[in-house]
Amino acid sequence: MQLTAEQKIEFYRQIVRIRRFEERSLRSYLKKQIGGFLHLYIGQEALAVGCCSLMGKNDHIITAYRDHGHAIAVGMDTRALMAELYGKITGCSKGKGGSMHYFDPSRNYWGGHGIVGGQIPLGTGLGYAIKYKGLKGAAMAFMGDGAVNQGAVHESYNLAALWDLPVVFVIENNGYSMGTSQTRSSAGDLARRAEGYHMAWASCDGYDLYEVRSVMNEYLVRAREESKPAVVEIRTYRYRGHSVADPDKTYRDKSEIEEYQRTKDPITHNQNQFLAEGVLTEALIESIDADARAEADAAADFAEASPFPTTDDIQKDVYWEADNPDKRTSEGRLFFE
Amino acid sequence: MAQIIEMPKLSDTMTVGTLVKWLKNEGDAVKNGTMLAEVETDKATMELECFFDGTLLKILAPSGSQVEIGAPLCAIGKPGEKWELPAGKPAQKADVPGAVKSVAQSAEATTPAPTTPSAKESTATAPSSPATPASSPSATLEGQRVRISPLAKKLAAEKGINPSSITGSGPSGRIVRADVLAAEKSGPAKGGTGSGGKSGAGFASALSSKGPIQDERAVPVSTMRGVIAKRLLESKTQIPHFYLDVEVDAAPMLALRLQLNSALEKEGVKLSVNDFILKASAEALRRVPAVNASWEQTQIRYFGAAHVSFAVAIDDGLITPVVRDSHLKSIFAISTEAKSLGKLAKEKKLKPDQFTGGTFCVSNLGMMGIDRFSAIINPPNAAILAVGTTVKKPVVEEDRIVVGQRLTLTLSCDHRVVDGAIGAQFLVALRELLEKPALLLI
Amino acid sequence: MPVITYREALRHALSEELDRDPNVVVLGEEVAQFNGAYKVTETLLAKYGPKRIVDTPISEAGFIGMGIGASMLGVRPVMELMFWSFYSVAFDQILNNAANVRYMSGGQINCPIVIRGPANGGTNVGATHSHTPENVLANHPGVKVVVPSTPYDAKGLLKSAIRDNDPVFFLENTMLYGDKGEVPQEEYLIPLGKADIKRKGTDLSIITYGRSAIQSLAAAELLEKEHDISVEVVDLRSIRPLDIDTVLASVSRTHRVLIVEEQKPFASVGSQLAFMIQREAFDELDGPIHRLATVDAPAIYSPPVEIEQLPNPQRILKAALAAVA
Repeated sequence: MQLTAEQKIEFYRQIVRIRRFEERSLRSYLKKQIGGFLHLYIGQEALAVGCCSLMGKNDHIITAYRDHGHAIAVGMDTRALMAELYGKITGCSKGKGGSMHYFDPSRNYWGGHGIVGGQIPLGTGLGYAIKYKGLKGAAMAFMGDGAVNQGAVHESYNLAALWDLPVVFVIENNGYSMGTSQTRSSAGDLARRAEGYHMAWASCDGYDLYEVRSVMNEYLVRAREESKPAVVEIRTYRYRGHSVADPDKTYRDKSEIEEYQRTKDPITHNQNQFLAEGVLTEALIESIDADARAEADAAADFAEASPFPTTDDIQKDVYWEADNPDKRTSEGRLFFE
Repeated sequence: MAQIIEMPKLSDTMTVGTLVKWLKNEGDAVKNGTMLAEVETDKATMELECFFDGTLLKILAPSGSQVEIGAPLCAIGKPGEKWELPAGKPAQKADVPGAVKSVAQSAEATTPAPTTPSAKESTATAPSSPATPASSPSATLEGQRVRISPLAKKLAAEKGINPSSITGSGPSGRIVRADVLAAEKSGPAKGGTGSGGKSGAGFASALSSKGPIQDERAVPVSTMRGVIAKRLLESKTQIPHFYLDVEVDAAPMLALRLQLNSALEKEGVKLSVNDFILKASAEALRRVPAVNASWEQTQIRYFGAAHVSFAVAIDDGLITPVVRDSHLKSIFAISTEAKSLGKLAKEKKLKPDQFTGGTFCVSNLGMMGIDRFSAIINPPNAAILAVGTTVKKPVVEEDRIVVGQRLTLTLSCDHRVVDGAIGAQFLVALRELLEKPALLLI
Repeated sequence: MPVITYREALRHALSEELDRDPNVVVLGEEVAQFNGAYKVTETLLAKYGPKRIVDTPISEAGFIGMGIGASMLGVRPVMELMFWSFYSVAFDQILNNAANVRYMSGGQINCPIVIRGPANGGTNVGATHSHTPENVLANHPGVKVVVPSTPYDAKGLLKSAIRDNDPVFFLENTMLYGDKGEVPQEEYLIPLGKADIKRKGTDLSIITYGRSAIQSLAAAELLEKEHDISVEVVDLRSIRPLDIDTVLASVSRTHRVLIVEEQKPFASVGSQLAFMIQREAFDELDGPIHRLATVDAPAIYSPPVEIEQLPNPQRILKAALAAVA
């Protein structure tokens, strides 16, 4: 787990890139260049960066609708991500998924899912497939603190524990399921529910890269080597509303946000850490920030300049067979009027 | 260059936001992250965040205003810096409707210019033009529809058999394939053949004549028709109409008219029922002058003179010539003037001052045989009188049923100006004048 | 040609595909040790072992979702629902995840799963266990829906379904599991989306599928014998993709249509068929399109009455006479 200075700088850079990307996408949303919902990752950046930095080639990840941070952390091109928000054909899902539905299987990133908890059985299936194929890998199945009360999550816990599947269930606990605080929505400790399934569990803070990596590494190694599942709750905080449309003040006090920003901001915290270690310099911090802003602007410019899908694209990517007519084996009509 | 902050999109369904209140004043320093204002969306009240450092130079949308997404809210820049709106982004009170609407000052913001009739726009009033004859009824053609299955219909067409000559054996007498095939076997003796069938079928075939009732066509809207459409639509949708009916005993008026017309025939006098109505209207306006008025948004204007106009049907529309100062004129003068104005109207030779400035309007379809109708107010008048035909009908007089001659008057009133009681007083006055027509000669 | 049951035909299909492709795995409640709630998977555990034939907990959302996730990584799960009626507890997985994932990923992800199990009434198990959701499923672009009526069709279609790269929902029928029919020894496939004319006729086309096709064939015999009416029975076999061409060709031969389906009538498969027939063969119709569906109520328990709620030869016969009037 010894990290080189270059690795630390790279992790820090990813945190900043996520922040700037999210801020830029917010501005585009406010200017009506982005439709639908926009669930921002601001405040949670170090969590995704820490977890994804541990991924090997047989490790896979799936998450819910607050999916931008993980997508950047696994290395997806921010231009394709921004273009997806803009609904452009150059988007990572060709403008068919939107903010909540980013995908890049080439980077073992399986989405991007809109229904709370609905992705957890899929993540369990990724673990099942890894095991079925005899690979040494692990699946990270991310969910928010609201998802822990969904039946599908518990069914997944049971299957993973029952069959020793290499799945690490990660609860990104930002304290609120939409506007309902943890204390108003969930009985007991979130991760401790794993005990009911005889699964290992842990709980840690998400703003510190070292802590996230240290805890997650333990369970990922266990999953890969022993094919054992675990539940890890990572405490974090989001500065923005559940989505942009969300009125913060109905359920939390502004001072609460400011307190977290002051004491546990992922950028500030890790920046201070790396400055103290002599890994970062003020000049480097500035250039990383400038680069991240420029990258976000370039992504927005790219998105803006890209074409929309056409109406002909609406019925593409529905059926594998329809998209591969030369390999089609079925007959009859697939689409209807 | 100063930044113009626009109304942001704050939810997936938002189209307009209400600027609840400004949290900063003009001249205040602001920076990235400063909350500028509270904005209420369809989902919640949220804060408007600033993404720039500088000074709030100018507030473009006041507290309480409803602002569409993308419309400017304020300008931020260095103190004293110039700012300008981007093209196509009008600020509040700009002339693009709907860009910015002030809730608090909606009355002011939505007040259109007073609708004093301009020369070009004063032509329209009440009922649709009687110039177009009623189209011939088409319902009977519909009734002749033949019940036939799609396949049988296609077969019959291929074989040149007129479906109306076939008896259907299917449910509800529907002609099915077998019926067409049977008809083909039995030959033309069974009925007329093909589309070129002779007219020998007589009355029935005349009824089921397939020709169109008129040439199907689209006719461009003339200037006059456009003005009528616009003005009447405005009137009917913007003026709160209500309607009052009164039945008048027309016998005394008709008797007097006969008397005067025969006595003064050689003087060239030929009074019409309409002349009596015009004169009586002017006198009724004198008695109930509150009807002789106009709504002017912030005030109601009451007119000292009764300028009574009357609707004249002309080619492609109608127009309302005005008998100026009717209250000062005798029935004979009114009659002469109305005839002359009517003639000029038909010839489209009216001058603007002859068809503008009316304060009350009369629309008469009595000569067309209409019993009664409700007219659309001719703005800016506050009322219009609709005159039906005179009919003979049984009426009760001193507990006996006798043959009476009756006329129905309907007054349409602008409720903003004329309340029910006022309208009623006017109609009662009008009835008294018409039932005691000698009063009109004083 | 060997005569085997519908159940055996399905088992043969599973077995052949398990042999052919090591990525095929059979998952479901009671499919392994118990030998299958309806014995479709009998003997497979002994032959293929617990890695390929997997008993799941009663946890449909969990294991169906898991299978969908595994399929994204190239496993080819064939998952048994003990009854298709239980699809409702896995609805989000089946119709949000399986149906949409290819689309929402811009075509980057495939979901080559098969979900199979019986979907039918007629066994007096009440409303919760008698759903026939083929219309609900087929309403979702991205999925394929197959409803075989005979042993021959069941085997050939299931093999094609397992090889298909899109999610295929395979709806069987507990009333047909014991039906026997000729099934060749040698391997064969039946393409999805190909209807089969099960009986030729000239006066009326009955468009149907699943067990209703078998019932319609019985009714057709009666109509021939008792009423001298010649009925053509078109078995769709596959709901989506849909072989509408075979349907339209039949309609243009007979000019009269009766749709028979074990479906609640509102927005059923028959509703869609009726729309397409009138749109694409309007001038061929010599009468309105008729339909016989289940009587519109939740499935009744009472055994003799349930027979009357479902399509049966007498009800079909009556409907056919109305359709040729």
